[in-house]
Amino acid sequence: MNPGSDFPAASGENPDLGTSSSWAVRAEGVVKTFGRGDAQVQALKGASIDARCGELLMIVGPSGCGKTTFLSVICGTLGFESGRIEVFGSDLRKMSTAEVTRFRGQNVGFIFQQFNLVPHWDVLENVSVPLLLSGVKRSRAEAAAAAILEEVGLGKRLKSSPRELSGGQQQRVAIARALVHQPRLIICDEPTAALDAVTGRKVLELLRSVACDRERCVIVVTHDSRIFEFADRIAEMEDGLVRKVHGRGEYHAQYV
Amino acid sequence: MFRLALKMLYGDRAKYLMLICGLSFCSLLMTQQASVFCGLMLWTTATLRNVQVPVWVADAKVEQVNEVVPMRDVEVQRVRSVPGVQWAVPLYWSILQARLPDGSFQPVQLTGLDGASLVGRPGKMRVGRVEDLRLPGAVIVDQVAIAKFLKKGIQLRVGSTFEINDHEARVVGICEADRSFLGQPYVYTTYNRALEFAPPQRKQLSFVLVQPAPGHPPSEVAARISELRGLRAFTAAEFFDQTLWWYVKNTGIPISFGTVVLLGVVVGVAVAGQTFYLFVHENLRFMAALKAMGARTSTLAGMVLLQALTVGFIGYGLGVGLAAWFGNAVLKGGEPPFYLPWQVLAFSGGIILFICCFSAAIGMLKILRAEPAMVFK
Repeated sequence: MNPGSDFPAASGENPDLGTSSSWAVRAEGVVKTFGRGDAQVQALKGASIDARCGELLMIVGPSGCGKTTFLSVICGTLGFESGRIEVFGSDLRKMSTAEVTRFRGQNVGFIFQQFNLVPHWDVLENVSVPLLLSGVKRSRAEAAAAAILEEVGLGKRLKSSPRELSGGQQQRVAIARALVHQPRLIICDEPTAALDAVTGRKVLELLRSVACDRERCVIVVTHDSRIFEFADRIAEMEDGLVRKVHGRGEYHAQYV
Repeated sequence: MFRLALKMLYGDRAKYLMLICGLSFCSLLMTQQASVFCGLMLWTTATLRNVQVPVWVADAKVEQVNEVVPMRDVEVQRVRSVPGVQWAVPLYWSILQARLPDGSFQPVQLTGLDGASLVGRPGKMRVGRVEDLRLPGAVIVDQVAIAKFLKKGIQLRVGSTFEINDHEARVVGICEADRSFLGQPYVYTTYNRALEFAPPQRKQLSFVLVQPAPGHPPSEVAARISELRGLRAFTAAEFFDQTLWWYVKNTGIPISFGTVVLLGVVVGVAVAGQTFYLFVHENLRFMAALKAMGARTSTLAGMVLLQALTVGFIGYGLGVGLAAWFGNAVLKGGEPPFYLPWQVLAFSGGIILFICCFSAAIGMLKILRAEPAMVFK
């Protein structure tokens, strides 16, 4: 935690969502460049955003605007040149690579567009991985995984291979995997892109019901306007910058 | 996580089997060829095991045990005069043609032992007594002679006869002897009878066999004997090494077998390295996801190393097992040599370990370079 953070308030801040002591992510002036020389592309040109515990924040924008890069930088899977990112009060730039890795393992859950479930492991094994990585014993990890799978409605598919599941079921497994180690930040990259409209809505409903609580922050990068209504706030990105942050329902009412 | 790493490996059956096959083939090729090489090398020193004495004396030009430069019989007396020699006896050793009862010929390794002491006698007798060599026309043949004669339809047993250089040889015993490099059967007789069998020539003594006196090391006695003009003495160990090195340096055997072993290594590195690289490449996305979820680099490296060592261990076991089966089942009763000492097992194991570590290193490098953020692409 970083109660005394000297970050300025981000645009679009919603005072209803809590005080500065409940910041989950505070990013300011983040610059990220790919390539060198003529091939150099500046994906983030000083992007800033805040996300609070207890909210589901969506980052939207056209392809190539830097949404996924921003998400990668926020969760510490990608470095950045300048700017500052604090996640639960910890400054990512001040941490070593190993510390960032450990921090991610303890505090961040991931839901990917392509699920990234290992096909040779059964559902229970896939879900128990975050706990195994943090050194929890197999029996305890599998018990916790079974409990969370029960919660997402897959209690009877523990021994199934991910290949035997539908896209929606696979994403539910991914949600269970993201939550099993009780992380405080959930990062979702296009979680409904590989799903049909009905399944996509169900997945978001599930995500809201099991992932969103006062201690946790969910950040979703998406193109899918059908799920905008689930967001507490929507950050609109364009050309490597967060142009505007909309409150609940504002963006939906304005653009959809 | 290591259990899951193995599950990941076993799950990709095509690559798993490909890796096992590649490493098994590599291991089989290396072990089998190295064993045949060792067998051949062992054959070259068979005489040193069949005639066991501490010191061998030969003509000064002799470089290895299978090379005979005949000496005068008087050399035995000269050697006996050297201080530290307890006793010295002559040995005749030459390849002669044996004429079988059906008229066919068979080359034999005629070994003439000192008649009084029978020094250099066969180590193990199957039938008969070594002392019977003193009987008129007596010879003792080894198991190879039995097999070779049998191939020509002749059942050799005690009492059988054949001719060597128009002299009758009567079998009085059957012994076991290590087979010679050229594969001729050993025929033992006394030194004097061997000279009767052999075509006459001015010099006929092949070697002088020496026992050092107590308190005189063989190397010291050999050095003293070598000071005699025209003679060269070797301890048994020196002669063994000298013989092996002579074959290594003067024949194409090491190059021939070395090339095949090298081919095995190249095939192993190419097949296993490439297949393992593909395996890691295809799983890179999952590895990157694990990295994003907080897997330490050492954990991922350990997983990859375990996968590589597992296929290596299985491949090595299968390859070595096949080589041993090949040696036992296919070559046991046949001509080709096969000797599988622990050094060959260690050698092929070391190479397989190198291939696995090399393959794992390539995989690890790829994983190390992978940004965890690639899972978002």
